[in-house]
Amino acid sequence: MESAPLGREYSDGEVICRQGEEGDRMFVIQDGQAEVTFREEDAEYVVGQLGVGDLFGEMAVFDKQPRSATVRAKGRARILTLDKHGFLQRVQEDPSFVFRILQMMSSRIRHLDAEVARLRRLVSERDVPAS
Amino acid sequence: MALKLQDGSRVGVVGGGPAGSLFSYFLLTLAQRMDVRLQVDIYEPRDFTRPGPGGCNMCGGIVSESLIQALAVEGITLPGRVVQRGLDSYVLHTDDNEVRIETPLHEMRIAAIHRGGGPQGERRRRWGGLDGYLLGLAQELGARVVRSRVRDAGREKERPTLQADAARQAYDLVVGATGVNSSRWRLLEQLGLRSRPPRTTKAFITEIDLGEELISRHFGTSIHLFLLSVPGLDCAAVIPKGEFLTVCLLGERIDETLVQRFFDSAAVQRCFAALPGPQAQACRCKPNINVREAERPYADRVVLIGDCGATRLYKDGIGAAYRAAKCAARTAVLEGVSAAAFARHYMPLYRSIVRDNRYGSVMFGSLHWIKRMGPLVGGVLQMAGKEQTRPGAARDMSIVLWDTFTGSAPYRDIVLRALRPRFIRRFAWETLTSMRSRERGAAVKESSDHGIGTIGS
Repeated sequence: MESAPLGREYSDGEVICRQGEEGDRMFVIQDGQAEVTFREEDAEYVVGQLGVGDLFGEMAVFDKQPRSATVRAKGRARILTLDKHGFLQRVQEDPSFVFRILQMMSSRIRHLDAEVARLRRLVSERDVPAS
Repeated sequence: MALKLQDGSRVGVVGGGPAGSLFSYFLLTLAQRMDVRLQVDIYEPRDFTRPGPGGCNMCGGIVSESLIQALAVEGITLPGRVVQRGLDSYVLHTDDNEVRIETPLHEMRIAAIHRGGGPQGERRRRWGGLDGYLLGLAQELGARVVRSRVRDAGREKERPTLQADAARQAYDLVVGATGVNSSRWRLLEQLGLRSRPPRTTKAFITEIDLGEELISRHFGTSIHLFLLSVPGLDCAAVIPKGEFLTVCLLGERIDETLVQRFFDSAAVQRCFAALPGPQAQACRCKPNINVREAERPYADRVVLIGDCGATRLYKDGIGAAYRAAKCAARTAVLEGVSAAAFARHYMPLYRSIVRDNRYGSVMFGSLHWIKRMGPLVGGVLQMAGKEQTRPGAARDMSIVLWDTFTGSAPYRDIVLRALRPRFIRRFAWETLTSMRSRERGAAVKESSDHGIGTIGS
């Protein structure tokens, strides 16, 4: 499907939002892909990939904490920005407006649960021979 | 007995424009979440892939930035075959000046679209219309499109009925989404609605075939808005699309003389000056637009949405259709389809659109008045122009103008912003200094110094 000429075009590797910054907006990928990375001390880890229709940046809007991760365009990507104020007004008028975001966050929590379980298994497998 | 939709309930939607399609889309989405299976029939005789009036819903063809964002959150991403051009700015023209207003983010968040298959005679077929796309989304969720015109309506054992061809079909809910350009109000009355129909006025829309390259070169990604001292004309917009320019005139009494005066005005001549030769109008229409709501848009098992009920005055009609359609769908699935359910759960949203239009009337009335007072127009342009060229300056006028012309904010918010003492003080000051500049004969230089810039937040 040819993408609509909406939003802003980002070049490969360009930062869309950065870990630690204050966030007052969300984003939706109109075209292309983006990569989510998490920085801890001096190392940066890729923690997710996003594609067309994916929404991100919602955590900082909901919990008013700094951005939890950095998102960069992977290849050329077109991104639409969503205003926090307009979003919250819409939620006030129509609580079901957040259904899709809740669905998306549920899916991410499921993925994280699976990831935590996998890491615990790896740790326990590593610890067993040592004990 | 509570009137509720249950497994197997049938819903008839009269009209497959954005209101009818979005209603069906949200009704089916919510029903699926609630594990209720519904059968939805959308009655739409028009083929939205056809160019010309047979496939057109006669509209300026703008999807506002607030609606683009809302649809994106809902998971509806308009594709490139529907969005002919992303727009990021407005150029406001007055009789003797102009100012450009851009988005703070420099992002294309307004979509220029055609509602149907494009103007009459259009053979390139590069883009599809918005209405066909949204209807397709409803079909993907299981809605059935009945390609026939509803000819009769009534009641059968309390259930509303619709008759398109030979067979009469009873429904558990009938949704009127007929717009204001069809003569189907009688059908809605036959369903038991006791309301006066919406009050309408005429708009004028024409499409000019310029080709993509010329449009990109001369109009880029800006909508051109005209606030001119042409009697009877409230405002006019020139909207660049893919291959066509859409020219849209709004006012109380639009007739051929007024249209000609608009095209002959100095501001339009200036705007079109660089274009080669006379521009042929490929298609023109004078659609009705709703300027006052139907007062009671519901009965047991019947509800009105979109233009045949209440819409936003002059701006963002598709956005108002989205809000009403979703609210009616939510009410039907979660609260029931009785008149009481619609009164309690649909009417607050409906009334909020109506109330906001009262502020809109005040706002457009004030614009009308400002337009006739040359010095005030000078004040508007000077204030907006200065805001945009001075980094860090308060953007009061620019934001008021942006929200007014993009339909991005409720009219109430815009009016309240314009009534703040700081806004009034600054506006008065800029009007006075603009008058003095004019007297010194420096008005032209002033406007060229401050005419182009961007708003920021």
